[in-house]
Amino acid sequence: MNAPLIYALTGAALFVFGVTGLMLQAHLLRKILAFNVMGSGIFLVLVGLAQRTGIPDPVPQAMVLTGIVVAIAATALALALARQLLDQSGEMRLPEEEAGKDKLDV
Amino acid sequence: MKALLNIAVLSLTGALGLVLAWSILDLPASAVRLPEQVTAQLDMSGVAHPVTAVLLNFRGYDTLLEIAVLLLALLGMLALPRQASGSKPRPVPASPMLQTLARLLTPLMVLVAGYVLWAGAHRPGGAFQAGAVLAGAGVLLHLAGLLPAWATPGRALRAGLATGLLVFIAVAATLMTQGTLLQYPPGWAGALILVIEASLTLSLGLILAGLYLVLADSKVQA
Repeated sequence: MNAPLIYALTGAALFVFGVTGLMLQAHLLRKILAFNVMGSGIFLVLVGLAQRTGIPDPVPQAMVLTGIVVAIAATALALALARQLLDQSGEMRLPEEEAGKDKLDV
Repeated sequence: MKALLNIAVLSLTGALGLVLAWSILDLPASAVRLPEQVTAQLDMSGVAHPVTAVLLNFRGYDTLLEIAVLLLALLGMLALPRQASGSKPRPVPASPMLQTLARLLTPLMVLVAGYVLWAGAHRPGGAFQAGAVLAGAGVLLHLAGLLPAWATPGRALRAGLATGLLVFIAVAATLMTQGTLLQYPPGWAGALILVIEASLTLSLGLILAGLYLVLADSKVQA
């Protein structure tokens, strides 16, 4: 077990945490955060696996750099959409979710 | 019912985690040796740092599409109907301490952005990092109450937002006449990459700051 593999396994764990949060949390802000945790896990897997031969591979590093910037843009758009939903329905949850169970209700 | 659902989801994601861990541990070595290929072609790329070479030269179209995605996200946010709060100042005025600090730090952050952009050619750095520093300066100015949030960007601001993408597309289109998309002619690669990166830095700084400043303008509903 070397350092790159530990990075990659940590990334996989983060991804799984993110998936779990995305499915179990009803509050939209938590869903967006869970989605970002998933993304960070994927970046960690890419960067970790890219250096398991000992030489860092610049191609996945450049891809992760691109991915981070796109993730920021997607997060901002998701926040704007969530704000829009809050303005129109007064709730920070999707209409399909059961109402009144989430303590974090805005 | 809810507890059953939680248990089902947790066991599913637990299984997913085990499968992922197993596949990471079991992954065969890659058949393509990308690091060696990048190192072999680095002299032709016009820059000395492998990540910048990959971003702006070997996989330049990724970066072209990335700046397009960023601009699209900002346009999407601007397109949403918003209850603009007008350009009235923040309800709680920021402390004079913060304002002085922001006034002192902003020129320094612009300087750092310029250095990071220039350093990208031969060490870690480049347009995205420099743009992030510029955007940080914009957010700091807004938090200190010195820069209003964006209701609707004016003409100059829109031009600045689009510059990076337009310059990139112009370079790509000019090079198309030579044959391949974004294949820089030898000798010109370094200069072209610097032009693209400089315009990308400006646009990225504005777009990333805009992602924050547009959201900051919408009125919070009680």
